[in-house]
Amino acid sequence: MNKVDLSMKDAINLALTEEMERDGNVFIMGEDIGVYGGAFGVTAGLLDKFGEDGIVETPISEGSLMGIATGSALMGMRPVLEIMFMDFTTLIIDQVLNHAVKFRYMFGGRDDIRVPLVIRTPYGGGRAYGASHSQSLEGLFLHIPGLKILVPSTPADARGLLKSAIRDNNPVLFLESKLLYNKTGQVPKDDNLIPIGKAKVVIEGEDITLLSYGRTLDMCREAADYLENEGYKPEVIDLRSLNPLDKKAITKSVEKTGRVVVVEEGTLTGGVGAELCSVIMENAFFSLESPPERVAAMDLPVPYSPVLEAEVLPGVGDIVEASLRSLSY
Amino acid sequence: MTEDGTVGGTSRPDKWKTEDGNQRLEVGSRMTDPISHFPVPLSGFMEGQSKNKLTSMLRMMIVIRRIEETLNDLFARGKLFGTTHLCVGQEAVAVGACYPLRKDDLVASTHRGHSHALAKGVSLRKLMAELLGKDEGLCRGRGGTQHLSDISVGFLGTNGITGGLIPVATGAALAFKMKKQDNVVVSFFGDGASNTGVFHESINFASIKKLPVIYICENNLYAMSIHVKRSTSVENIAQRASAYSIPGVIVDGMDPLAVEKAMVDAVNRARKGEGPTLIEAKTYRYLGHSKSDRRVYRTREEEKYWMDRDAIQNLSSALIENNVAADEEIEAIFRDAENEVKSAVDWAVSLPDPSVDDVASGLFQENNEYV
Ligand SMILES: Cc1ncc(C[n+]2csc(CCOP(=O)(O)OP(=O)(O)O)c2C)c(N)n1
Ligand SMILES: [Mg+2]
Repeated sequence: MNKVDLSMKDAINLALTEEMERDGNVFIMGEDIGVYGGAFGVTAGLLDKFGEDGIVETPISEGSLMGIATGSALMGMRPVLEIMFMDFTTLIIDQVLNHAVKFRYMFGGRDDIRVPLVIRTPYGGGRAYGASHSQSLEGLFLHIPGLKILVPSTPADARGLLKSAIRDNNPVLFLESKLLYNKTGQVPKDDNLIPIGKAKVVIEGEDITLLSYGRTLDMCREAADYLENEGYKPEVIDLRSLNPLDKKAITKSVEKTGRVVVVEEGTLTGGVGAELCSVIMENAFFSLESPPERVAAMDLPVPYSPVLEAEVLPGVGDIVEASLRSLSY
Repeated sequence: MTEDGTVGGTSRPDKWKTEDGNQRLEVGSRMTDPISHFPVPLSGFMEGQSKNKLTSMLRMMIVIRRIEETLNDLFARGKLFGTTHLCVGQEAVAVGACYPLRKDDLVASTHRGHSHALAKGVSLRKLMAELLGKDEGLCRGRGGTQHLSDISVGFLGTNGITGGLIPVATGAALAFKMKKQDNVVVSFFGDGASNTGVFHESINFASIKKLPVIYICENNLYAMSIHVKRSTSVENIAQRASAYSIPGVIVDGMDPLAVEKAMVDAVNRARKGEGPTLIEAKTYRYLGHSKSDRRVYRTREEEKYWMDRDAIQNLSSALIENNVAADEEIEAIFRDAENEVKSAVDWAVSLPDPSVDDVASGLFQENNEYV
């Protein structure tokens, strides 16, 4: 066997280890990433391996940490900044948006201006953490030109994409679903780098396209099971990268099926699904047999009580309903 | 005890305290080792206090501890969802700090805020119902432990973004000043939060505008796993006051009366329009940071050192030793507090889950004037 079974958490830990061993400029920065191993245990054991130069524990100062990472990246380091919850990335947005992603272009597009850095952060709800620890804010970041955004849905993709992200010479936002951390899957033993910007067809079909990424991709698989039992042949596509977006793969699938449901965990209005629908309209309009369907969280803060949270966040049932609506249009 | 029910002079002067009890920092002054300077409570402050005040402070500390221990237990038995940050060990700070406040003064809290809520007068039953995600809770189950509020008793809210409410508290104080009201705002935060940008920006703002706000740092030595010495450029958080030309005061956070005394001074100053004060209460959380913390970053000896200085323990025995209350009275306070917690928990557990029917309501305030 040239594969091993790993949880997504361990696959990320492995990618970090491999990249730090490969390139001495790679270091990790964040809160409680040392003896504590990170709030979700992703960096467990790394302090012992790489010491305090490799694992830089910080005060609670997100607003500056992003700028500090950027400055170090400009001077040739390759920081991987861990932000404990995606909800706290709002505190780094100024340094991302007004500085890190602009430097290269704004300073003339020169090759000696590089900002190779990765922001890793866990996103999403489903754990009753309440309004400030449950959000999926990729829609906000999608609006930022110059920021790559990756969201793995399997341990293998997590490892392969993170390794590519660390080697990329640009700022990359790397989103990890809290609910997938303990999900296990087969991970290749070799170096498998996964190219950034390539979607993956995870279930081939011809009747309807389900487009998603991260945790909601798993929901799409479940919805697909249901639809198959109903006699349909759904196609499920894992986007893996939101920026750059694999428009070719999206167009190809929608041209084939003529129907599409886009699924995300963030709030509906102005979200990732809105962008996906625009791309579909621009590229596959005349193939559509029904209006594209969007499944997303309600436009609300995520409530605490598990029953309320489940109501506000998208679920498998919502995807099935949207699919059936589209299929019977 | 004296005739009028106040407590007579006590022994045990604490060598680290100045004459008026708390240590006031000069600009640039440093305590060499805050831990070894730590006093043995209790308390230089009992003289002149009424029995009623002392026993009600004790009772509140017990209620807080019991509710936190109950939550810990519910988590351990898998009966509670999400996560929570418990303040066992730190009760004296909340109780001492909120005691001098009026109902219409405002408290802004942190992620570790059940104590602040209860000490400010939030209903225990409604708090418990909120923590269990019920419609009868303070925020209809929408907020939960880190996002709960009861503005009707002057409790602005707990908060999940470290440092997030420090500017909001500051803005509330700005409003009080603009409206020429003499209310004050108390902004709680941890040692870790004192490294956020908003902490520094807010205190600077409050200082130049002379706002009626008291910044109170619960320095429990750790921000999650990070010891304050590894994260913070000063020995004492209170020293940071000097950068913003406001008073910085260090108090024994295991002594509710020491905290209260410092607060009285700060509140008077604020009400008189003299501006903000930064109070640092040295304290300790006995339990982990949150439910999944195995506390690998600290020693059991250190934990014992602090538990030996327990505020509830010390105040109980000081009340007995000073003949303020008899053994049986103290026991009754414990029993009574425990019963109150038990009845609140039983009630909250018995409630049904909230209905999802109007989950979408309440995002916007609809009755705008132009309508
Ligand atoms: C902006 C932000 N960063 C990080 C966190 C995660 N976090 C929650 S509490 C905490 C430690 C806070 O330490 P301190 O302010 O000392 O309060 P304590 O927990 O000791 O009461 C951290 C890092 C957060 N909630 N918000
Ligand atoms: Mg702390």
